Amino acid sequence: MTRFWFIFALLIAQPLWADSNLPPAYWANRQLPDARQEAKAQALMDQLRCLVCQGQSIADSNAELAGDMRDLVRRRIAAGEKPAAIREWLVERYGAWISYKPTGEPAAWPLWLAPIALLLMGAWLIRGRIKLKGRG
Amino acid sequence: MNRSLRTIPLLLLIVLVAGFAWRLVKPADPAVHSTMIERTAPPFALAPATPGKPGLTSADLADGKPKLLNFFASWCVPCASEADVLAALRKKGVRIDAIAVRDTPDATTAFLNRYGDPYTRMGSDPQSAVQISLGSSGVPETFVVDGKGVIRRQYVGPLTAANIPGVLEQLDALR
Repeated sequence: MTRFWFIFALLIAQPLWADSNLPPAYWANRQLPDARQEAKAQALMDQLRCLVCQGQSIADSNAELAGDMRDLVRRRIAAGEKPAAIREWLVERYGAWISYKPTGEPAAWPLWLAPIALLLMGAWLIRGRIKLKGRG
Repeated sequence: MNRSLRTIPLLLLIVLVAGFAWRLVKPADPAVHSTMIERTAPPFALAPATPGKPGLTSADLADGKPKLLNFFASWCVPCASEADVLAALRKKGVRIDAIAVRDTPDATTAFLNRYGDPYTRMGSDPQSAVQISLGSSGVPETFVVDGKGVIRRQYVGPLTAANIPGVLEQLDALR
């Protein structure tokens, strides 16, 4: 009996009802018939952040909003819009945060400079050893 | 090797621990904020969400009067929790228009019968298209819109009683 109630409680748990009562958008889980357009859409979807499961791309996420965004991307690509324009349209609404593609913004400069700084630091650290070997 | 260099790992550790401690005390804000604030809502035209009420277009937002635009859904539990707050605002004369996200007329009607209906106009957004075009990322969310249809503020998540004075004050200022 306990087991019955346990399973019953699991079945009626709220998370099961957390999704909407509508099916996914038409192009959410469907590829565009034109392979080149689909490739473009896929490349863009891989670089757009899911607003629900932050840290996933909309291509990876199962969230309904991600499905609606995939539908939006595929529709616009099919209508001939450039991926860069679609990205710009979304950045206008959610900020640069929504795009995974690195930008040249000042906020990202430390990231670009870090490898060079680390290389220089490494060279400085080992400079003494190189000299010693040369003498020996 | 230089003796002072040996303290570098220790310093790095301290910086790392301080970073963790800071984020533990002040967790990052996971809310997605729209960057459409102070900008005009893009054009849209939504069909009525229920048979009994008119739908919502961007022209309705720019009808000269400030108002709230509430994104909600019948399948959204926190939306039910802000029903009392919306009812209180409505009682104070606030006009509230709504967009029902990914919902069916039957489910929307049942939700409003159960939790009350503070809305003047209500559009149905079956594929979150208008929601995305306004930079909103979930339900419930509430936008303060001025008489020209310009978005002035976004509340992410359910409104609480503590938000009421601020909302009234801002709407008064926009009048």
